[in-house]
Amino acid sequence: MKRLLPLLALMAALAPSVRAADFSPAIIYDFGGKFDRSFNQSASEGVQRFKKETGIAAREFEIQNASQREQIMRQFARRGASIIVAVGFTQASAVETVAKEYPDVKFTLVDAVVDLPNVESIVFREQESSFLCGMAAALASKTGKVGFVGGMDIPLIRKFALGYRAGVAYVNPKDEVFENMTGTTPAAWTNPSEGAELAKSQFGRGADVVFHAAGATGVGVMQAAADAGLLSIGCDSNQDYLHPGSVLTSALKRVDVAVYTAFSEARKGTWRPGVKVLGLAEEGVGVSIDEFNRKLVSPDMEARLNQARADIISGKITVPEYKSP
Amino acid sequence: MSAGGRLPRWAEYGLLPLVNLAAALLLSGIVVRLIGESPWAALKLMVAGAFGSQDSIGYTLFYATDFVFTGLAVAVAFHAGLFNIGGEGQAYIGGLGVGLVGLAMGAWSAWVVIPAMIAAGCVFGAAWAFVPAWLQARRGSHIVITTIMFNFIASALMTYLLVNVLIRPGQQSPESREFGPGAVMPAMTDVLGRMGIKFASSPFNLASALALAACLLVWLFLWRTRWGYALRVVGQNPQAAVYAGISPERTTIVAMLLSGALAGCLGVNELAGSQHRILLDFPGGAGIVGIAVALMGRNHPLGILASSLLFGALYQGGSQLSFDMPHVNRDMVILIQGLVILFCGAMENLFRRPLAALLGAASR
Repeated sequence: MKRLLPLLALMAALAPSVRAADFSPAIIYDFGGKFDRSFNQSASEGVQRFKKETGIAAREFEIQNASQREQIMRQFARRGASIIVAVGFTQASAVETVAKEYPDVKFTLVDAVVDLPNVESIVFREQESSFLCGMAAALASKTGKVGFVGGMDIPLIRKFALGYRAGVAYVNPKDEVFENMTGTTPAAWTNPSEGAELAKSQFGRGADVVFHAAGATGVGVMQAAADAGLLSIGCDSNQDYLHPGSVLTSALKRVDVAVYTAFSEARKGTWRPGVKVLGLAEEGVGVSIDEFNRKLVSPDMEARLNQARADIISGKITVPEYKSP
Repeated sequence: MSAGGRLPRWAEYGLLPLVNLAAALLLSGIVVRLIGESPWAALKLMVAGAFGSQDSIGYTLFYATDFVFTGLAVAVAFHAGLFNIGGEGQAYIGGLGVGLVGLAMGAWSAWVVIPAMIAAGCVFGAAWAFVPAWLQARRGSHIVITTIMFNFIASALMTYLLVNVLIRPGQQSPESREFGPGAVMPAMTDVLGRMGIKFASSPFNLASALALAACLLVWLFLWRTRWGYALRVVGQNPQAAVYAGISPERTTIVAMLLSGALAGCLGVNELAGSQHRILLDFPGGAGIVGIAVALMGRNHPLGILASSLLFGALYQGGSQLSFDMPHVNRDMVILIQGLVILFCGAMENLFRRPLAALLGAASR
């Protein structure tokens, strides 16, 4: 018995980690890759936070071509993943196929909806945060002209643009909005120099605030604004720190919270399938105010933003939503 | 082929590529070692990932099929002295043809729809290659520049169509609705199943048979017909071709039409065979990889078949590698693929002289 004691102690010590290993989360990033400084990276931050708090590392995969989506998803499912988080709307059809084949595996899809009993779909009301950004831009603009630089011309980005326009018009219907998309290929997400050119041309036409929804391309947009001494608005992650004094605010999209919540709910057993819409009310989207942009946001502006935020939540303001044709 | 170091045929086509491949893998192994993983385990994972199970073989062959089409496309143009960089765009637009037939005729019998899809893929791909071909033939606009430009135009056009016209209403993702049941290229697992052979499910489909047929047809065309001969003459010496009564302009256009049609068949494999809908960016760079495939395969259908298989294995094995080794991300896999291209394509003569000297010494 005495000899068994250390063994028992060892087993007792190992037990929690064994239980931890039973839970095996997996995540599939989309084309941008997990270091895109924007959407996928935000998801990756959720994974990191989960790892820090629980010690459980998720298995990760970055998609490289369209056929891999189903293949990799199936492999995660087959090798006993407890929950698979698929980041990005392009993964919707793969989730639909694979979730049917593995009804016991939990799937969480970010940015699109799949209606199956083992799928949780998380979508964001990006138009609401874009609306607030539009308001902020119009309130900060001295010329009455503001800009928008989108990444790739897809419905999601048009959704940002429409919300932004509505926000500008809400403050001052006469204000002009210049809208440019960077391109029509996925390369449009990773072209900072083109982003800077578009921003400069908008400045040339008199804009003094520019909002980007363009992933890594937006870095160039913000740089151009900082160089010209004008204002920019960041997107997806909080980008206020990039150019303190030049970044008016950032449209936040808390993909990290969505991923983290999905993992920890699945671990605790409180994960539920269905559609989760995260807007201002759920704090899934929002605008940032921190020490980096404190001086740019006047008390009056902040009060109006807060009022609009409350009005959107209560339904007094309806923000238009882009519908694909 | 090159100055210095003539090799016997078996060494030229068998040994030299293997030595090049080994050198590429050795260098990749060092890189894998540097990031702290075992190169040997990585190699094993890659090989097992590409050929270790039925479904991984299926995926390898599925990717290889894409590369056969785009590789042949590059080779046909190359024999006419044209460097067609536009395989990507031609495949993209070819896929549009495949997809439009799939969407419009999906309810019909597969016996009608599938040939129509193949034909539409060829016609659309060829049409996309026609403009650069015409510009080259009549205006002397360089085909390399124009075909690259046409890749971007194709991409812009497809994004416009998918975002505004073909998108299934009420969804975020720019994808068309699914094709009807008639527009599905039979999967190999079903085909073999009917013959009583069990094969795991994968995107591997009958388009691979089409790719084999394309190899044979290209070989017959290039080396067994008058038109193929004319095409090769133009490629080697346009002045001599004119002297012999062959019109380089006509031949340029014919070669590019064929090239575009072959690239367009990629849509049959990807869309009719696997995705069953039109989606953004489905060629996924296969049109560009086709250039490396053709160079490595010495622009010969058999060589292209072999190098397609290698690239298919690199794609599938590489994806498995990054799946199983957390430190090896997709950029590492691209690095390994790049090294293979570098050694087998760009620096293929590196080992030619030493090898020739070695063989010469051995035979003496």
